[in-house]
Order: sequence, then structure tokens, then C-alpha cells
Amino acid sequence: MKWSNIKELLMHILFFLTACVSIFAVVLICVFLFANGIPAIGKIGVFKFLLGTKWKPGNDIYGILPMILGSLYVTAGAIIIGVPIGLLTAVFLAKFCPKGLYKILKPATELMAGVPSVVYGFFGLVVLVPLVQNIFGVAGNTMLTASVLLGIMILPTIIGVSESAIRAVPDSYYEGSLALGASHERSVFFATLPAARSGILAGVVLGIGRAIGETMAVVMVAGNKPRMPQGLLDGVRTMTANIVMEMGYATDLHREALIATAVVLFVFILMINVTFSLLRRKDRA
Amino acid sequence: MTMERTCKPVAAETINKLTFKDKMRAYKRSPLSLILLLLVCGAALITMLTLLYLIVYILVKGIPYITPDLFSFTYTSDNVSLMPALISTVVMTIIALVIALPLGIGAAIYSVEYAKRGNKLVQLVRITTETLSGIPSIVYGLFGYLCFVTALHWGYSLLAGAFTVAIMILPLIMRTTEEALISVPDSFREGSFGLGAGRLRTVFHIVLPSAVPGILSGVILAIGRVVGESAALMYTAGSVAQMPGQAGGGLFDSVRTLSVHMYVLSSEGLHIDKTYATAVVLLVIVIGINALSSFVAKKITKKQG
Repeated sequence: MKWSNIKELLMHILFFLTACVSIFAVVLICVFLFANGIPAIGKIGVFKFLLGTKWKPGNDIYGILPMILGSLYVTAGAIIIGVPIGLLTAVFLAKFCPKGLYKILKPATELMAGVPSVVYGFFGLVVLVPLVQNIFGVAGNTMLTASVLLGIMILPTIIGVSESAIRAVPDSYYEGSLALGASHERSVFFATLPAARSGILAGVVLGIGRAIGETMAVVMVAGNKPRMPQGLLDGVRTMTANIVMEMGYATDLHREALIATAVVLFVFILMINVTFSLLRRKDRA
Repeated sequence: MTMERTCKPVAAETINKLTFKDKMRAYKRSPLSLILLLLVCGAALITMLTLLYLIVYILVKGIPYITPDLFSFTYTSDNVSLMPALISTVVMTIIALVIALPLGIGAAIYSVEYAKRGNKLVQLVRITTETLSGIPSIVYGLFGYLCFVTALHWGYSLLAGAFTVAIMILPLIMRTTEEALISVPDSFREGSFGLGAGRLRTVFHIVLPSAVPGILSGVILAIGRVVGESAALMYTAGSVAQMPGQAGGGLFDSVRTLSVHMYVLSSEGLHIDKTYATAVVLLVIVIGINALSSFVAKKITKKQG
């Protein structure tokens, strides 16, 4: 065999191996998380762990229902705040925005996606927390604060995905509606938007993933009391916060319970990812 | 003569263009349209004002506290200098890129240039990269802690942090490189093959150079990701404020990056002024990175157009 042929073959194998790295990484992450987390769930008991309402590491009581509910509530709040604003902003960018303004606004939404979560968290801490405190007269670290902050943080995700979904709808839909006498606004909202439905939904699902996985910003504003969520104006602890708060000093079963929390979070994220890619596939078809 | 004057050509746009009065009349007839318009503009305004408020608030509060001793080379509990964190961030970013860049580019080359259409492995790779890009950073952090810090006995170290973030930015680099490779016209490859070049030579001498700007914009985004990362690094690189290698362990020393530094400062709550100043530095870096990436992206579209 000639040297150049050997070289070709070697590089082919090398490229093949690098392609396998991401598969390897996913497998490795699954193995490490599950191997360290599942035994703890077994030791604590599946139902006691998932449905237990008390988290008291000092007494070896590990129930993460408060954290699961905390994550779900905060995420739901973020969606309620973030989706309408994000979607309408995407409509503005795609169909209403003058070209000159677009050149400023589009990079601005990209910048929003790039701002580190600690900076968002700090902003929440010094602006939103006192705001909630003044308006409602309670300690400012509440579920509401976390929801508002997360709602802001998922805006760029929702705007980005929705905008490209809206732009992917053929212009003929919009033009047909205009020709039938509908106004610009009606055409956009009742002809173009419904056609972009599944793309927009994919954006919302991606936003849910972002919100449920967000850690630092939530830790900084949510209060982090490990008990059942009491209401909008009370502190919550999310699954992510649970891990970050206690991982630093946890040992033995406590540590494993935290890893098991990450396993639960991971399963949530996997479900969201599958939904997202199903929606996207539907969008393409 | 008069005919000519009255028949001045009118641009198509002006025929269909509604005057302000026409629009008002239309809105009066259909208030729903007006409401929709107001909603859309209002939402865009809220989004932009929020971003503007965040940036201006942090800049106004932070800039007065940017002092020379903030950039002193040693960190003490009195002077919480951000210099060690800044340098650690740079070193960590470089190492993460050194790890992730060859892997990501290689994987992209395989799936675009080597694999046949409908290759099962490529589909699997695509699914796993999508999974990787959806995993929250705290899960990466725990994985890094379990794998690099504990199982490999690296301890809290710069290297453990760099490996963790390298896996995080891998899907980003793969995706942008793939897109860049796909956008290289097939005629380039055909020309190269036609002149008798092998596949390897075609990839490295013809396809890859034309894809460099696209890859570069992916790299810039990846840098932004590393700079902003905190949850994944708390329990992999740790949070010791020192220069990389200051304690004598080289890459196995624990360091804190700028974002972690800011988180620690903010949760200690002792140096709020310095926290604002650190936030300013972080914001400036992120804005710079974003400007750079849109500059590169503009270059690409100009070249193609």
C-alpha cells in the first residue's frame, strides 16, 4: 500500500473516532450519574425519595418533592411571563420591524442570550428582590422573583426559535390573507402564526429546558428554603439549587441523594429534549 | 407637454403605501388590528428596555468602582482583586478550546465529508450532540465532579474544569463547523478531485480554509459560553482565588473563573461595590465577544453575497 493511501485511511479512522466522542460523552455522563445516583434512590426508597415532602439531611430524611414542585412552579411562572413577551417580540422582529431598527434589535437579543447567568442573578438580587419586597411587603426572595428573572432569561431562546419559525412560513400565506382584505396585523396573527405553530412550540419547549436547568440565577433570588412551596410570595428551592447549595459539604448518603436529584433533573431534561426534537422534526416535514 | 408632467412614473411602493390617515381609518374600522399592533410593539419595547435597564444599571453602579487595585495580581480578603480570576478564565478557555476544537472539527469533517448520506452513526451523533447541548450546566458540573475530580483523582483543578467545559462547548463547535462545511460549494470539492487530489488533501487544502470564518464564529460563541459559565465550574475547578499554578500544582491547582468569582463575591455580600465592578468587566467581555462574532458573521455573508 502506498503511504498516501495509509495516510488517508488513518485520517479516516481518526475523523471517525472524533465523531464518536459525543456519543462517548453522553454515555459517560449517563453512566457516572446513574451509577452514583440510582443506588441512593434504592437506599432511600423510590417513593420516599420522589414523593417525600421533607428534606432533612441532618436526620437522613431525603424527600425531593418540594424541589421538584419548586422547579416546576418556577418554570411555569417563567413560561407565563416569558412566552407571551418573547413570542410577540419575535412577531415584531419578523414582521413589523423596520430594517434599520432590526440591525440593532437582533444583536441585542443575541447579547441577551450571552449575558452570564450570574450577572442576571445579581441583577435580580439588587433590582428585582427589593422591588418585590417594596410592592408586596414580604422578604423579596420569592417564587415570583425567580419566575420573573427566569422569564427574562428565556426570552432570547423563545425569540430566536419563534422568529425563525415565523420567517420559515411561506409569504404566500400572508399575501393570500392580505388579498382577501385582512389588515397586516390580522394576516400575521391569523395566517402566518398558526402555520408556524409547531416551530413556536419547539421554542417554548426549549425555553422550558433552559428554565428548569438554570442554576446560579435562581439560587441567587429564590430564597432556597427546602420545604413545600407555600405560594407565589414565599421562597422556593429548585432541584438545581438543591445541588449547588449542599454539594460543597455533603458526604455519604447526603451526597448521593444530591446526585440522585441530578438524575431526576437529567431525566426531566431528556424528556424535554425528546419532545423538542420530535416537534422540530414535525416542523421540517 | 402638460401630458408628460402629469404622467410622472410612480413607484409601485407609493401606490400601495397607506398614508397615516388611511391607517388610522383602517384601525378605527378594525380595533383588533390596533390592539395587536400595540401588543407587538409593547412586547418588543419591554424586551429591549429590560436589556437596556440591566446593562445601564450595572454600568452606572459598577464603573465608579473600577479601580487599579481591582486588577492587582494578588487576591486578599480586603482587596478582592479579579485579576487572578481573569487570568484563570483565559487559561481555562484556551485549554477547553485546545481539547474541544480538534474533536469538534474532526467530528464535523467526518459527518460532512466522509460519511455517506443517511449514515446511521451520523444520525446517532446528531442526536447525542442535541442531547449534550440541552443538558443543564449543573449536571455537567456534577458529572465533572464525579468523573474528573473524584474518579480520576484530579481534585478541584483547572484541568477538571477545562475538561468539563470542553464537553459543554463540543456540540456548539461541531454544529457551527458542520454548517460552515456544508456551505462550501460542492464545485470546490469536485474541482479538487478532478485535479487528482485525494480526499484528505481536498479537506485540508480546499474545504477547510473556506470554512474558517464559520468555524471562527463558533469558536467565539464557545468562548462566550466558557466565560459565562459558573454552575459547571463550582465543583470541578473549585473556587480558590489564585493565579493558575500559584500553589505549585500547575494545572491541578484549584482556580475560580470570573463568573464563579462574581458568584462568590455576591453570596458573601461583603464587597457589593466590587461585585458591581466585576459585573461590569464580565458584561464588557460578553459585549465584546458578541460584537466580534457578529462582525465575523457579517464577513461571511458578505463573502457569500
